[in-house]
Amino acid sequence: MKLFRFKGGIHPDSHKETGNKSIIPLPMPARLYLPVQQHIGAPAKPNVSIGQHVMKGELLAGSQGAISAPIHAPTSGTIVDITDYTAPHPSGLPVRTIILEPDGKDEWIKLTGVEDPFSLDAEEIAARVGAAGIVGLGGATFPSAVKLNLGKDNKIYTLIINGSECEPYLTCDDQLMQQQAESIVDGIEIMLHALHTPKALIAIEDNKPAAISAMQKACENNDKVNVVVVPTLYPMGSEKQMIKTLTGMDVPAGQLSTSIGVLVHNVGTANAVHRAIRFGEPLISRVVTIGGGAIKDPQNIDVPLGTLVSDLIDYCGGYKSKAERILMGGPMMGQLLPTTSVPVVKGSSGIIALTTKEIAQHQTMPCIRCGSCISACPCGLLPLEMANRARKGDIEGAVEFGLMDCISCGSCSYVCPSFIPLVQYFSFAKGSLAIQKKEKAHQEETRKLAALRTERKEREQKEKEAAAAKRKAEREAKRKEKEAAL
Amino acid sequence: MTSTIPVSGPHTHTINNVTSVMLKVMLALLPATVFGIYLFGWPALNIFFITIAAAVISEIFCLYLAGKPIRFFIFDGSAVLTGWLLAMTLPPWSPWWVGVVGSFFAIVIGKHVFGGIGQNIFNPAMLARVVLLISFPLELTTWTNPYPLSSESLQITFMSHTPADFVSGASILGDIRTEVGLGHKLTEILSNNPEYTNILSGFMRGSMGETSAWLILLGGLWLMSQRLISWHIPLAMLGTVAIISSIFNLVNPEQYAGPVIHLLSGGVMLGAFFIATDYVTSPNSNMGKLIFGAGCGALVYIIRTWGGYPEGVAFAVVIMNALTPLIDYYVRPRIYGYKRKGVPVKYSEKKISSLSKSDGI
Repeated sequence: MKLFRFKGGIHPDSHKETGNKSIIPLPMPARLYLPVQQHIGAPAKPNVSIGQHVMKGELLAGSQGAISAPIHAPTSGTIVDITDYTAPHPSGLPVRTIILEPDGKDEWIKLTGVEDPFSLDAEEIAARVGAAGIVGLGGATFPSAVKLNLGKDNKIYTLIINGSECEPYLTCDDQLMQQQAESIVDGIEIMLHALHTPKALIAIEDNKPAAISAMQKACENNDKVNVVVVPTLYPMGSEKQMIKTLTGMDVPAGQLSTSIGVLVHNVGTANAVHRAIRFGEPLISRVVTIGGGAIKDPQNIDVPLGTLVSDLIDYCGGYKSKAERILMGGPMMGQLLPTTSVPVVKGSSGIIALTTKEIAQHQTMPCIRCGSCISACPCGLLPLEMANRARKGDIEGAVEFGLMDCISCGSCSYVCPSFIPLVQYFSFAKGSLAIQKKEKAHQEETRKLAALRTERKEREQKEKEAAAAKRKAEREAKRKEKEAAL
Repeated sequence: MTSTIPVSGPHTHTINNVTSVMLKVMLALLPATVFGIYLFGWPALNIFFITIAAAVISEIFCLYLAGKPIRFFIFDGSAVLTGWLLAMTLPPWSPWWVGVVGSFFAIVIGKHVFGGIGQNIFNPAMLARVVLLISFPLELTTWTNPYPLSSESLQITFMSHTPADFVSGASILGDIRTEVGLGHKLTEILSNNPEYTNILSGFMRGSMGETSAWLILLGGLWLMSQRLISWHIPLAMLGTVAIISSIFNLVNPEQYAGPVIHLLSGGVMLGAFFIATDYVTSPNSNMGKLIFGAGCGALVYIIRTWGGYPEGVAFAVVIMNALTPLIDYYVRPRIYGYKRKGVPVKYSEKKISSLSKSDGI
């Protein structure tokens, strides 16, 4: 198959040391911490109470609104608290969290699978996927059901299954493809059925030969699902760059990929769809890579959602050297964790503890305009120009240079010989822009309300005046009547 | 886990840094420099070190005045590189003060007045060379014949000795310029001057940066292989010089020198790989780089052929430096999802539906 080259990209050291480590189960931790917000969209609403006993797979918090996802119990046990708890986010801000104490029995609630998923119609499949709490497991955590429903209004010609796993260190998708190839392909076929899409392409970077051969074997004699080996080039796993690589087309600015007949899902999501439809299992665990130079015994672990990061690190033998930064996700786009007492959530692909040497951070120098960032940018942007403007607070200028087309992949910062934290500037500028928009909307709202108030006051005044005039006229009429009677 | 301050990704980095970039450029300059010093002996070595030392001292002086951390900035290597590049363009037997004045001007006026590293509009070394050429035309146009390292050349530096066979004269380009101006035919000039037979080997009069065009080319190609410079500026600049000189040479071979002379003499090779490619003062998009390189090439030819000086690389680069902000403003790369004009891309239904026919492996 003809592949296309997206502009830019980088080749960071892959560090896929855990690529051949089979997925192992995790002994049930003492407590699970389940934030009600583990996805993009509205937070789920808890519908259990403190002290209540729940079964494995039981609904703990229901989805609210069109874009949301429910949360289920990863094991059987007792709800010991529903409180604010630190979120796995650099801010360290708390979110509503359901705390579950496992009873050790790990008893499933009664599950209802489907014998023949291909007899279900599209809405039914999407509804089941939505009810299972499945979100994009590549890290974006967008509710999958919403994406499966996109087939209704758009003709989708190709479903791309993203198995590129371009972030260094992460091997959870690699191992999942090696061990669950059949399930993934089944999940893909269910998704194809739901989307009315004729073909799926599984894209895997060429540095994962074991995953490639496992998936190829599972796709033998399957004329709908095919494996495509793509070059190892970061950020191959980014949706826009992946679509460019496989189709040669750009996703038009300001539009969804469905506008060019393409939809992208992660391999982990395909596996979760398989389990949800075939067995009725909700999303209650995920494969997490625990790695980085500071971890004693890096592993790929099947982790119940809500497990604390500290429990995982302990299970991997703790640290062998000082962990300078602990990340959720890979080193390119992962989030810095404020503490290890935060839970694994649906989007946690890895827990990576990096040493000072691996971070390789130096003091920032002035920009020497070398243009490395421009060559590395996969979106055709001018990071140095954007950063110059963002740094002095010229957000509009940064937008004019394409700030909103930046995917925050970090390629520019990675190559910068002056160690300028470009992504940080862009995040700041995007944040400022969001605040500006919010304030503008707020002002607009205030202005509207004020106008309405003035209008109401005027109307009331007029009504008063009219009423007074009416009374006066009546009095006048009465007086005249009296006079006439006299 | 030490920091609770939000830090955005990426949390890893390439091994490249400003210092390593500068060191690699110096490494690329080394073969030509060693050859130049061999060719012109101890005086060349002296002016080389004097120029660099003056650049570093000027840098320290400016950093001190600006209250910037001296130790932090001095090791970025940029001042050494500026001095090095300037030394490569000076006549190898220049008096010591030429190097000192040049470096001082390059660092103080060319770089720090604008705000230091990364902020300058003009290439500091080229700016200094232009100033030196205009201010001290005699010293800057006195080219010695090659005088390889020997016991005698030690005496030139330390005992004010002038060797018996010491010869100096105009560079090839200067010679052509004068002779053609006097109405001589180019073929005659070339056959009368033994220098031209040496143009391919580099054993000729000139600055350290021009005598061995081949070694400069070698260093430049290595920089490309290291991805420190892209091919756009060198190719556009050399290509433009080659094409224009070929055309004029074909039209009138008795008046206009051909591409071999233009490419292998003077500073065009050094300019194309090491000077025009200066990050700070050249455009940053690939299209911009092509325009910039072509502009440099065209100006070099124009100045050499019709201008007031026999060599024009420094002038050409400085003029194009001034145009760089303009080029960067108008020439930008295409952003993903947009056409070049800035409107979102659009595909036909046919193109989109043809996707379903694509197969994996």
